[in-house]
Amino acid sequence: MKRTLVIAELDHGVLKPCTHAAVAAARRAAELAGGTFEILLLGPGAGTASGALLNFGAAALHVAEHPELAEPLADRYAVAVAHVARGRGTDFLIAAASTFSKDLLPRVAGLLDAGMLSDVVEIGADSSGPLFKRVLHAGNAIATVILEGPVRVATLRAAAFPPAPRLESTAPVLAVDLSGLAWPDGTSFVARDRKTSARPDATEARIVVSGGRGIKTSEDFERLVGGLADALGGAVGSSRALVDAGITANSLQIGQTGKVVAPDLYIAVGISGAIQHIAGMKDTKVIVAINKDPDAPIFEVADLGLVADVYQAVPEMIERLQRR
Amino acid sequence: MKILVPIKRVPDSDTRIRVKPDGSGIVTDGVKFSLNPFDAIALEEALRIRERLGAAEVLAVTLGGEDSIEQLRTGLAMGADRALLVRTPGPLDSLAVARILAALVRKESPDLVLLGKQAIDDDSNQVGQMLGGMLGLPQATFVSKLEFQPDGRSVRCGRETDAGIETLGVRLPAVITADLRLNEPRYVSLPGIMKAKKRPIEELSPEALGVTAASRTRVLRLEAPAGRKAGVRLRTVEELVARLRDGAGLT
Ligand SMILES: Cc1cc2nc3c(=O)[nH]c(=O)nc-3n(C[C@H](O)[C@H](O)[C@H](O)COP(=O)(O)OP(=O)(O)OC[C@H]3O[C@@H](n4cnc5c(N)ncnc54)[C@H](O)[C@@H]3O)c2cc1C
Repeated sequence: MKRTLVIAELDHGVLKPCTHAAVAAARRAAELAGGTFEILLLGPGAGTASGALLNFGAAALHVAEHPELAEPLADRYAVAVAHVARGRGTDFLIAAASTFSKDLLPRVAGLLDAGMLSDVVEIGADSSGPLFKRVLHAGNAIATVILEGPVRVATLRAAAFPPAPRLESTAPVLAVDLSGLAWPDGTSFVARDRKTSARPDATEARIVVSGGRGIKTSEDFERLVGGLADALGGAVGSSRALVDAGITANSLQIGQTGKVVAPDLYIAVGISGAIQHIAGMKDTKVIVAINKDPDAPIFEVADLGLVADVYQAVPEMIERLQRR
Repeated sequence: MKILVPIKRVPDSDTRIRVKPDGSGIVTDGVKFSLNPFDAIALEEALRIRERLGAAEVLAVTLGGEDSIEQLRTGLAMGADRALLVRTPGPLDSLAVARILAALVRKESPDLVLLGKQAIDDDSNQVGQMLGGMLGLPQATFVSKLEFQPDGRSVRCGRETDAGIETLGVRLPAVITADLRLNEPRYVSLPGIMKAKKRPIEELSPEALGVTAASRTRVLRLEAPAGRKAGVRLRTVEELVARLRDGAGLT
């Protein structure tokens, strides 16, 4: 971990906040190993986005813009990332865990013949070298792991690495030379069905209101879960049950196989609290559960519980919150 | 058309996982093991492709020991044409699994490798992508919709991403990983399982494939996550809102 490379995440040219967590983790890794770290930004707008990362202690920012990188296709991005990693002598590659990095980084690991850890929550060391902690078994176990080999790869949980403070120094910005690379052409981008929402993304919000099967229709979800989120200035999320029922979009799913969130406040509305759901929200500071079943497992993890019908309780909550 | 479906034996998703007091692993006594749910979805999709195309060979493969044969039998009972056990000693990390699968892909030359997006025991979500990288095959991960194109040599995939559904065109041969909403796996009947017991299980070793099963990750110990403190039950919405107004313990 003498030469760490952070893979920044961009959403159509805009830096995603989770990148700051990866930068904080890289700083930690560099400190532990007495090394340095660099940041790689890929795709359209990478140059402009690099402006937001100039003062966080990176030895350099690498900007990879190329027509082949117009859409974040793992096949092509992996070729570019492996090219930079080889050229820079990178021995540790990291990114914040997301569908972008989970698609890309294992492919890079395959190209570099590197071992990889997903969902790292702690980077430490003992006399024999670096040690990592990661979450597995739907959050029911935390493993302490050694990762061997000349190159290591990891994704990390953003909530476990608070953003590092800004520094005085400014990193140089370098353009990556991608000429002469053989670009794979086996995948092609067709479309993206973007869910546009005025609400923040659940992974980036301080408050998340999440709905489960206790909510019967999309209109009810919008009125109750959406309405409560808006009254609190928060984001919305949902259980898998509502996604499966076609009531919410897949991008809202919280849990073992959805997004993992750790906000200050999480309000579970009509969610039973299956382990797969809890895996995605149990590092929240304050969990509130509203459920009509007093024995629902969600109450075992809730700080504040209310046994009630959400169709009665939530409208009253919204009304009281708006009363101020 | 040949479809390779790697599958894994994992603790059933309904079991409550507990860490052994000495941290050496999870408690497995009395724990039911099943086919990883995502792998069942991948296998189901392979079977549906075979049904749609009329002709295809579906090969289910697992890496592990004797006990994994149970999951291969489930695969046969679901409808796989062939079942293969690559006998491996002890636990393997994703890189070792991908290396062995890469050698198997070179040997079997499937048109499509369909895997689950993640195993619900180690939750790594890596093998498909590593395999794609090693073999230089096109990849589509977290796929919840898969359609064959009229040419039969490419597919259109809907992928579940953080931003919403992304649609990709993917040329075969390719590696595709299945998400939960791709399909609902068929129910396996007891007579089906009994019949599958009589079917042959092919066997190979990593050595026979010319690879060594060396992992780069080593788990030193497991611990249970910190539990949450018991909370309080409130009686009215008024009380709840008052607590939220007070900051609900937020700073
Ligand atoms: C491999 C695998 C992965 C999975 N991954 C995820 C994941 O990432 N995220 C996820 O969420 N799930 C996941 N699941 C599914 C999970 O096991 C549960 O099935 C799911 O979380 C249940 O959703 P729910 O709580 O909304 O529904 P239910 O379990 O049906 O609960 C509904 C709750 O609403 C309450 N209720 C009903 N009506 C009202 C009302 N009017 N007022 C108040 N309360 C009411 C009920 O008492 C009940 O507790 C996964 C499952 C598997 C097998």
